[in-house]
Amino acid sequence: MTNDANKNARAQFEHVSLAFDTPRGKLQIVDDVNYSISDGDFIAVIGPSGCGKTTMMNMLAGFQKPTGGRVLFDNAPVQGPGPERGVIFQEYGVFPWLTVRQNIAFGLTLHANRVAPGEREAICDHYLSLMGLSDFANSFPKHLSGGMRQRLAIARAYAVKPQFLLMDEPFGALDAQTRANMQNLLLQVLAAEGKTVMLITHSVEEAIYLASRIVVVTARPARIKEIIEVPFPYPRDESIHERPEFGQLRSYIRELVMNEYRAQQAQSSFSE
Amino acid sequence: MKADGVKRILLGAIPWLGAIALWYVVRWSGIVNPSLIPAPHAVAMKFVELLLHEGLLVDVWASTQRVTLGVLLGIAAAVPVGFLLGWYRPARTFADPMINFFRALPPIALIPLVIVYFGVDEMAKLVVLFYAAFFSGVIVMYEGVSQITPLYIRVAQTLGASELEIFRKVIIPLTVPHILTALRVALGVAWATLVASELIAAQRGLGALIQNASTYFLLDVIYVGIICIGFVALVMDMILRAISKRLLVWQERAVA
Ligand SMILES: Nc1ncnc2c1ncn2[C@@H]1O[C@H](COP(=O)(O)OP(=O)(O)OP(=O)(O)O)[C@@H](O)[C@H]1O
Ligand SMILES: [Mg+2]
Repeated sequence: MTNDANKNARAQFEHVSLAFDTPRGKLQIVDDVNYSISDGDFIAVIGPSGCGKTTMMNMLAGFQKPTGGRVLFDNAPVQGPGPERGVIFQEYGVFPWLTVRQNIAFGLTLHANRVAPGEREAICDHYLSLMGLSDFANSFPKHLSGGMRQRLAIARAYAVKPQFLLMDEPFGALDAQTRANMQNLLLQVLAAEGKTVMLITHSVEEAIYLASRIVVVTARPARIKEIIEVPFPYPRDESIHERPEFGQLRSYIRELVMNEYRAQQAQSSFSE
Repeated sequence: MKADGVKRILLGAIPWLGAIALWYVVRWSGIVNPSLIPAPHAVAMKFVELLLHEGLLVDVWASTQRVTLGVLLGIAAAVPVGFLLGWYRPARTFADPMINFFRALPPIALIPLVIVYFGVDEMAKLVVLFYAAFFSGVIVMYEGVSQITPLYIRVAQTLGASELEIFRKVIIPLTVPHILTALRVALGVAWATLVASELIAAQRGLGALIQNASTYFLLDVIYVGIICIGFVALVMDMILRAISKRLLVWQERAVA
């Protein structure tokens, strides 16, 4: 990696490793991961379940310290979480004691990004309608379906407009149509607000459609298998799904990923 | 709607009527010497007599007051202590054996000591009730708080919440259900301890009423006292449940 490439790097993984202490000894989860995310990049991370993707994101979000190497954000080691790195959690983390509207407004009531009440309501209304949650504005999350909770978590994260978005399988619980809508909405938000994104996904199509680079990680411990540049310029629309290059790229990445899924499966049947 | 309400009241009344019927059956069947079991109607008459001429309400009030005060003070202390124990793992490892030791001690066993140190006044009774409420409340609080998942705190952090904001806007709402449960548990324990606490030279109170009646073998008065305790405890629990229901509308399962 040249120094040039590091100049506008927002996030850097420098030979990052992580091992958990378990009753059965040290468990290596992330192994010598090395890549950087520049301003305006859209990185998609793809790899088998349980390989260490969330763990990798947690280190950048500031919830976990690497046991080897460094994770840098804006050229400083990550010390802890912060509002400039918005996170959409795999488990959503929708606050059950707040209504849908209050959930979206939560970040906007905090000192770090407080806005006038009028504006707050306007932002809430905006995302309520974008996410198709207007009818449930005053319901509690217990009345929402899984996909609705996921959309609520997305709205809550978007509302505070973080410059850097960490998204852990954010569209996993959605039907194909809603998923496509959410992908397009994300592209619109990016075009308008110029964010940098790290997205974890299991969908090869989603990765190609959204990302500028795709990081394929290996079965546990997560190492970088390959980093693939996606050749399509932004703005993108759904027509790129029909392009021959899309199909080629998809077959290529599928093959890579399938190998790792098989490796992971072999691994878990060994450990049983 | 209205028919529904009537139905519910009827359904609720059936077990009570059943219990009274069973009471008559036991009395008349001769399994037990009838002179040892006052009839329900005799107890009811005694109740009216005590109410009108012996100031039963004063007893009810004295006991309710003691229980309420003991529980409020006990929980006021148990909430912060239980919270700290639940929140800071090291604090738990070191305080856990101690708490369980004191919790296992029946309050009644402490009465001689309480009399030595606090005399026989109102203070002494309060100490016993406080003790009972505190230790039952602490356990509920810390079990509950230690089960709060870090996920919500992480979410708040990534949205920019400060430590204070996390406490006010995330931890407190997550703690409220446990405070309410602690209150309910402590109330139950405190009523159970009441008679013991009123062993300490109480003039008035339902426990005192029962104590005095037992010296003269006034079975009907004992029954009235017991039923009053159960009834007041039930009403207080219903009030707390109603409050819980309002505060915890968001909870997945209705508060039982
Ligand atoms: N605190 C921990 N202690 C021990 N092991 C852990 C801990 N957290 C995660 N792991 C292990 O680390 C591995 C990777 O977990 P991680 O959540 O990063 O997977 P993932 O790639 O996000 O999977 P998925 O696609 O299913 O979300 C798993 O095998 C998990 O069991
Ligand atoms: Mg994951």
